[in-house]
Amino acid sequence: MSDTTLQETRIVSQKFRIPNSHTLATALEHGAYSTLSTALFRPASDITTAVQESGLRGKGGGGALAGEKWLLMPTDDSRPSYLVVNCDESEPGTFKDRQIISKDPHLLIEGMILTSYAIGANDAYIYIRGEYQGFEKILQDAIDEAYSSGFLGKGLANTDFDLDITIHRGAGAYICGEKSALLESLEGKRGHPRLKPKNKEPEWYFGNPTLVNNVETIATVPYIVQNGALAYSKYGTQESAGTLLFAMSGHIKNAGVYEVAFGTPMLEYINHFGGGIRGDKKLKAVIPGGSSTPVLTADEVANATLDYETLRSLGSSLGTGGMIVMDEDTNMVEALKNLLEFYHHESCGQCTPCREGTGWSDTIVAKILRKEATSQDIDKLLGIADIMNGKTICVFAPAVSGVITSFISKFREEFEIDSTPKIENKMETK
Amino acid sequence: MSFSFDETNITKIEQLQKRYPSPKALTLPLLWMVQEQEGFISLEAMEVISKYTTRPAMEIYKTATFYTMFNLSRVGEHHIQICKTLSCALCGKEDILAYIKKTLDIEVGETTKDGKFTLTQVECLGSCGTAPMMQINQTNYESLTIERVEKILEELQ
Repeated sequence: MSDTTLQETRIVSQKFRIPNSHTLATALEHGAYSTLSTALFRPASDITTAVQESGLRGKGGGGALAGEKWLLMPTDDSRPSYLVVNCDESEPGTFKDRQIISKDPHLLIEGMILTSYAIGANDAYIYIRGEYQGFEKILQDAIDEAYSSGFLGKGLANTDFDLDITIHRGAGAYICGEKSALLESLEGKRGHPRLKPKNKEPEWYFGNPTLVNNVETIATVPYIVQNGALAYSKYGTQESAGTLLFAMSGHIKNAGVYEVAFGTPMLEYINHFGGGIRGDKKLKAVIPGGSSTPVLTADEVANATLDYETLRSLGSSLGTGGMIVMDEDTNMVEALKNLLEFYHHESCGQCTPCREGTGWSDTIVAKILRKEATSQDIDKLLGIADIMNGKTICVFAPAVSGVITSFISKFREEFEIDSTPKIENKMETK
Repeated sequence: MSFSFDETNITKIEQLQKRYPSPKALTLPLLWMVQEQEGFISLEAMEVISKYTTRPAMEIYKTATFYTMFNLSRVGEHHIQICKTLSCALCGKEDILAYIKKTLDIEVGETTKDGKFTLTQVECLGSCGTAPMMQINQTNYESLTIERVEKILEELQ
């Protein structure tokens, strides 16, 4: 295998291995906040243009072009604009944003200053999941340091630009990672996703135009502003410019987070950085981008590269880039059961197909595991998956639908083995 | 039983009020403050939050009951939350859970008789790379082995 040349491309993670890089003193030694002295004296649209030309895509899972999203923000509106950073990292298999806020929080703050300036926001929020209180403390300390050194607040960095950053803590609801649910939560309500508008428009926070971006997306902005759009887009592929903090967990020797350019072969990534499968077993399957993306078989993994277009062509999705690796001994029925329990617990309950579908499918897979199911139950499971697809307010249910369908279509024999073949047999044994 | 915020929290609330366009946004921060001050969130506390946020108390209740991290009744001094989602499950979460259940002699969802430990299973805590893991109050314990769990529990006893 030709994996000796595989290297990290450290754009967001450049300071991760420097001791004490979370402190302002160390961050400053390594160039933190150096973009402000020029960028904040130039037109705000320069930053948006650079981000747009760089091809930067949202790194929280959706992969929407960041520049297009920024351009939806009004430039001549009497209402205040807001920036909201999504740090509700809750997608199983994903643990990259916590690396940024604990190892290089000043990079995020710098990115937030540049982005807020670009969209004309004077208030920015970081919505962080409640379970990250340890990391939240590091981030809050960094924000406090930035305030006391004049990088935040009124007239920051000797300019006439004002910005306040407030951390807003969630309280254990996966759905709040969905941007409109996040805003509902930020308004003090239950995290129920909102209906999507017919035409593209910004998000709204208390009726004010708002931009919501993931932590890693915003942390990429300083690099683009500093080095130009081309310096970023030269990495990656045509459709997937730049890099991503890909992550690996599960049956892998060295789980962790490594930043590479899009287009890197998946198997090489797993073998090179992950050191291969634990116990030198064979690879069975990989969930490529957080648990909501359809599972890939070992054969598919062998041909996959880490970019949006390839994973889409394989019927899956790049998602958050958090790969869950499973070895040959993994019981796929149990794995699906585990995920369905998660989705059943986390469905916000707003739409019937999702609220009922997640529970119903969980019940059926439990029946399969107890060896009380029939082949009809497997078909019923597929039927439920169909009902869950495309009939709800947000993409939660369609994602679960894709997960169920991929597990059954690719590993059906395991589901069949765990089911009794005929109803009659079951009745005789009673 | 009545509830009121302590002095430190009242100062914090005054600062926070300036940060949001509407007092309604204070709902989650104030629920957290109550929980940190009292250990759990009572109906009386929700009435107080209702005044600060200018929302009906029922709306505060609606919000509080949606989020799993808000405790509406008292929990043990050490709240052990074991991550049960896929990466942790693949890496041996079940053994860790069985060991804790046996050692503390409680089931999931129960509190020890002395009120020291509450055991719950929770969904993904974002530490998949260092699975299996658990969180006790606000502290993460990652890359767990039975030996490590034994030591952690001894230290907290």
